[in-house]
Amino acid sequence: MTSSAPVSLRKTALNDMHRRLKAKMVDFGGWDMPVEYSGLIAEHMAVRTGVGVFDVSHMGDIQLRGPGSLDAVQHISMNDASKLVVGQAHYSAMLYPEGGFVDDVIVHKLSDNDYLIVINAGTREKDVQWVQRNVLKFKTHASDYSDYYTQLAIQGPKAVETLAKLTNVDLGSIKGYWFKWGTVCGLPNTMIARTGYTGEDGFEIYVPSDVATSERVWNEVMEAGKEFGILPCGLGARNTLRLEAGMSLYGHEISDTINPFEAGLDRFIKLDKGEFVGSEALRKVQAAGGPTRKLIGLEMIERGIARDGYPVLDLSGNRIGEVTSGSPSPFLKKNIALAYVPRELAVLDTEIAVEVRGNPVKAKIIPTPFYRRPKKV
Amino acid sequence: MSYPEKFKYTREHEWIEVAGKTGTIGITDYAQNSLGDIVFVDAPKVGTKVEKGAVFGSVESVKAVSDLYSPVTGTVTEVNEELSSSPEKINTAAHDSWIIKVELGDESELSSLLSPADYEAFVAEETGK
Repeated sequence: MTSSAPVSLRKTALNDMHRRLKAKMVDFGGWDMPVEYSGLIAEHMAVRTGVGVFDVSHMGDIQLRGPGSLDAVQHISMNDASKLVVGQAHYSAMLYPEGGFVDDVIVHKLSDNDYLIVINAGTREKDVQWVQRNVLKFKTHASDYSDYYTQLAIQGPKAVETLAKLTNVDLGSIKGYWFKWGTVCGLPNTMIARTGYTGEDGFEIYVPSDVATSERVWNEVMEAGKEFGILPCGLGARNTLRLEAGMSLYGHEISDTINPFEAGLDRFIKLDKGEFVGSEALRKVQAAGGPTRKLIGLEMIERGIARDGYPVLDLSGNRIGEVTSGSPSPFLKKNIALAYVPRELAVLDTEIAVEVRGNPVKAKIIPTPFYRRPKKV
Repeated sequence: MSYPEKFKYTREHEWIEVAGKTGTIGITDYAQNSLGDIVFVDAPKVGTKVEKGAVFGSVESVKAVSDLYSPVTGTVTEVNEELSSSPEKINTAAHDSWIIKVELGDESELSSLLSPADYEAFVAEETGK
């Protein structure tokens, strides 16, 4: 059951706005955040079929500036940032020497000596300290700009048409995982990135974090999206959307005891770029023939909903793994889950079971992502 | 939301309406609102014995699963089959969407349940208002 927020919870600049909109609020990694407004399913469907807006200001922003910034980014993250050009971003992760995740991140190349790393909310302080400690030997300065920005995610097939009303930037010219600066809601030099965490087209914009500006931009986005049925969306829909899209969540699919090979993030691991923190451990995993467990997608065949932490069983009832995220899928209208199982059992179409409150319920291993957005014609 | 006078309530947010020896059981509007969009109701079969204060089933929303606790001891006589295809009816009208009917085993148990006023006060306390 929900209860009122203790004073110690952190708030985004839009906290009063969420409360005025009668959102249900929850403690998310120490933040007082909206979990839903009008209803999770309606919010989820708005993003899949129209447009929705999320306050994601609790995400953190670390900026690396100085001539050694590229070397520093290369050292602390597993993807190859030398391939980025100015205006481009990519998915990456910061790892411990043992190969587990510090966090998964989006690295943006702002200019030749200037990178922005967007990090998760629940790991902000840990990430900032870890980055600052690990870039000491490079000619760079790592600054925590997390509190400077209100970050809004405008997501859905109507995100372009919604945001286009509020900016002079040609949004069609921003490809997926690229970004530009322009005027948004009269605010010059606003960063507009074609990124998100929903499996849908959309943008994330970064505006000054004072309450007046944040609320004005929020209201203008809501007004611009009105004709498309825009809804404010909470963390509940954000979770089901990213799960359908097969995207990892820190503390679930990824953590300090899971490595990126296990999480199926092979295409973002660039061992040939040179040494980085965790690379030696990853080479060992590779030399050993790959990870011992793999992240798989599950669809429940029998009636029952897999939830986070539920045991995964083989058909003889032996425990073989655990669900990391499980939920009814509002768009696909079936019950889906992500889970870790031993690699030799991670075979598509294999029938297994999830122990749902004491009872084994049959499920099948299916490909991920569960949902892929339709290609534009 | 007002809580119907004809019901009695549990601290686990179930309601029961008693007519003769039959108790009709559902969850409260407060409970459905806390759960959000309900997608699955797991109810016992007719003939199942239920016990006061014990779990007899569950209700699942997209984001959570919540146990159902029986307000009384008795035997299930009827299950609301409509909820297996349209569980969201609980969201739209929790107090009109019964889950099971039971034949009461011990009518004296009813006296320990909450009155509408007591339940409303209990909810107010829980939400800190």
